[in-house]
Amino acid sequence: MAIATQDNAASVGRAGRTFVYLVLLLFALFYLLPFFIMAVNSVKPLGEITGGNMIALPQDWTIAPWLSAWSTAQIGVEPTGLRPYFWNSIRMVVPAVVICTIIGALNGYVLTKWRFRGDTIIFGLMLFSCFIPFQIVLIPMARILGILEISGTTTGLVLVHVVYGIGFATLYFRNYYAAFPTELVRAAQIDGAGFFQIFYRILLPSSGPITVVCVIWLFTNIWNDFLFGASFASGDAAPMTVALNNLVNSSTGVREYNVHFAGAILAALPTLLVYIVAGRFFVRGLMAGSVKG
Amino acid sequence: MSFLDINNVTKSYGAVEVLHRVDIAVEEGEFLVLVGPSGCGKSTLLNMIAGLEGITSGEISIRDRVMNGVHPSKRNIAMVFQSYALYPNMSVAQNITFGLEMHGTPKSERDKALNDVAALLQIDHLLDRKPGQLSGGQRQRVAMGRALVRNPDVFLFDEPLSNLDAKLRVDMRTEIKKLHQNLQTTVVYVTHDQIEAMTLSTRIAVMFDGYVQQLGTPKEIYDTPENVFVATFMGSPAMNVVPARVEMVDGVPHARLTRSEDGHAFLAFAQDNMADWAGKDILLGIRPEAITDPEAADRDSNRIETLSNRVGVTEPSGADTFVTMTLGGKDVIARMRADTTVASGEMFDFAVNMEKAVAFNPQTEARIKP
Repeated sequence: MAIATQDNAASVGRAGRTFVYLVLLLFALFYLLPFFIMAVNSVKPLGEITGGNMIALPQDWTIAPWLSAWSTAQIGVEPTGLRPYFWNSIRMVVPAVVICTIIGALNGYVLTKWRFRGDTIIFGLMLFSCFIPFQIVLIPMARILGILEISGTTTGLVLVHVVYGIGFATLYFRNYYAAFPTELVRAAQIDGAGFFQIFYRILLPSSGPITVVCVIWLFTNIWNDFLFGASFASGDAAPMTVALNNLVNSSTGVREYNVHFAGAILAALPTLLVYIVAGRFFVRGLMAGSVKG
Repeated sequence: MSFLDINNVTKSYGAVEVLHRVDIAVEEGEFLVLVGPSGCGKSTLLNMIAGLEGITSGEISIRDRVMNGVHPSKRNIAMVFQSYALYPNMSVAQNITFGLEMHGTPKSERDKALNDVAALLQIDHLLDRKPGQLSGGQRQRVAMGRALVRNPDVFLFDEPLSNLDAKLRVDMRTEIKKLHQNLQTTVVYVTHDQIEAMTLSTRIAVMFDGYVQQLGTPKEIYDTPENVFVATFMGSPAMNVVPARVEMVDGVPHARLTRSEDGHAFLAFAQDNMADWAGKDILLGIRPEAITDPEAADRDSNRIETLSNRVGVTEPSGADTFVTMTLGGKDVIARMRADTTVASGEMFDFAVNMEKAVAFNPQTEARIKP
């Protein structure tokens, strides 16, 4: 046998590697450009933007557009800024994510460790709910919110997002728990642990990665949702996304682009933060759920 | 009634019956091993004793208490799983005392029980570790500790040694046996390893295809297997089972076997009732250790027959030398002394201990009883 040479798939020549990095760099720049423009223009006085160059760095740095977007800008008819709507979104996202994750985890637990006749059909139906387009449910949902007398409120939005989120949350947890050894559950049964004790004491402590995945997914989707927000919670109860739209579409006065940019970044900030804080668990959790399951 | 009574128990999944009318009575302090190939129903039976699987019909009782429908935690049993099933998020100490905690035992009693068990299994120094930081043998000990601490009526073991490497498996086997001898508790132990079954048990139930093929002491199972399955499953190397014909020679029933050379070999039976089978075909079962070199033949046996046959392959294993020959159209293994001088290809006079031979009905494969 000849001495092995280093001529294998893993080693690419210096020129090749430079090329790869160059291309990657270009793509990175391409994707970062919009954010750069938003960030740069949100700290410029309006005059500099309307005066011409959007790409240039500001000559006059100012945080006034941010303050305005947060607390004084005209949203619809009220000069409240985005602040109240930001809290609306928080009040919508946090309960919805918490409820969805808890129910999803319980569903996954039951569907994998307490199998019953027809469980795969039920799981299939729940999966189906993940793929129903939002538009189809708008009218029936409006009717149900009306009957429950929570239309136009944040509570109503929480309900809508919980209904939609449970499908995905269940999918994540079911796949994760499918790889969780059933012998552990049986051992706990023999040890005398009940249904909820097994869940709290045995399964939940090992569910960190998939919980992070589920929370990130739900948080991003619910925070960024516009359609349900615009349909079911206009006015004072509107979430951040709807308020941002109202801010940008205000038809009175001058269009304050710098304030709009600042508002858009404010609206995107929470999801960005969630990714930065928990992002590395995201990949880990996705892998754990998919590969092992 | 016996201590653990398995009475006419069946198990069905839908229309498929996987366990057929199992009857086993286990006395207090017995070590019962359920052994069989995978899919024979042994683990299902164990899970039914544990209460993890429902009982389709029949009755299981422990200490005269019928256990059908009783929750696993209320049967006063403990189980050691194949994967050990240690709770990954808890320390060794928490793992061991979890069951006591769930049963509402006060903290002081739990600590005392933990210390006793830890000392018994020599795992005192591991109590603060997580299962992920333990070696296979240590995990095995912790799993046994978790079972022991409950002081149960019956211990259930589900292939507890099959995840260990060969050497550790032998060590742990000895430890389990030692533990049983010291504690004298009742054990039901599932394995597919017939050596584990032979070494550990006071009684063995050999299972196949959802039936208990034979229930008996290791010696009974080994020396007088009920059928060809039990004969070939138990023992390593397996019992030689070769087709033969019964013929009367000088008024004594003989087994006529086809040799690899021309002609036949005749081996006289030790059992007189084989005369009933004169002129008929049977299956002759001879354990490898019953075919030896003449000097190593069992002196206490009063029926040593000489078998001249050509030597096929010799396989020295250190302690013994296994010699393969062709007999009745099949490969037959003989267990010879390690320093035997037989060479491949030569004719050799083997000594066959016919007292240890068994005959099977070729149609039913059941043993022909003397």
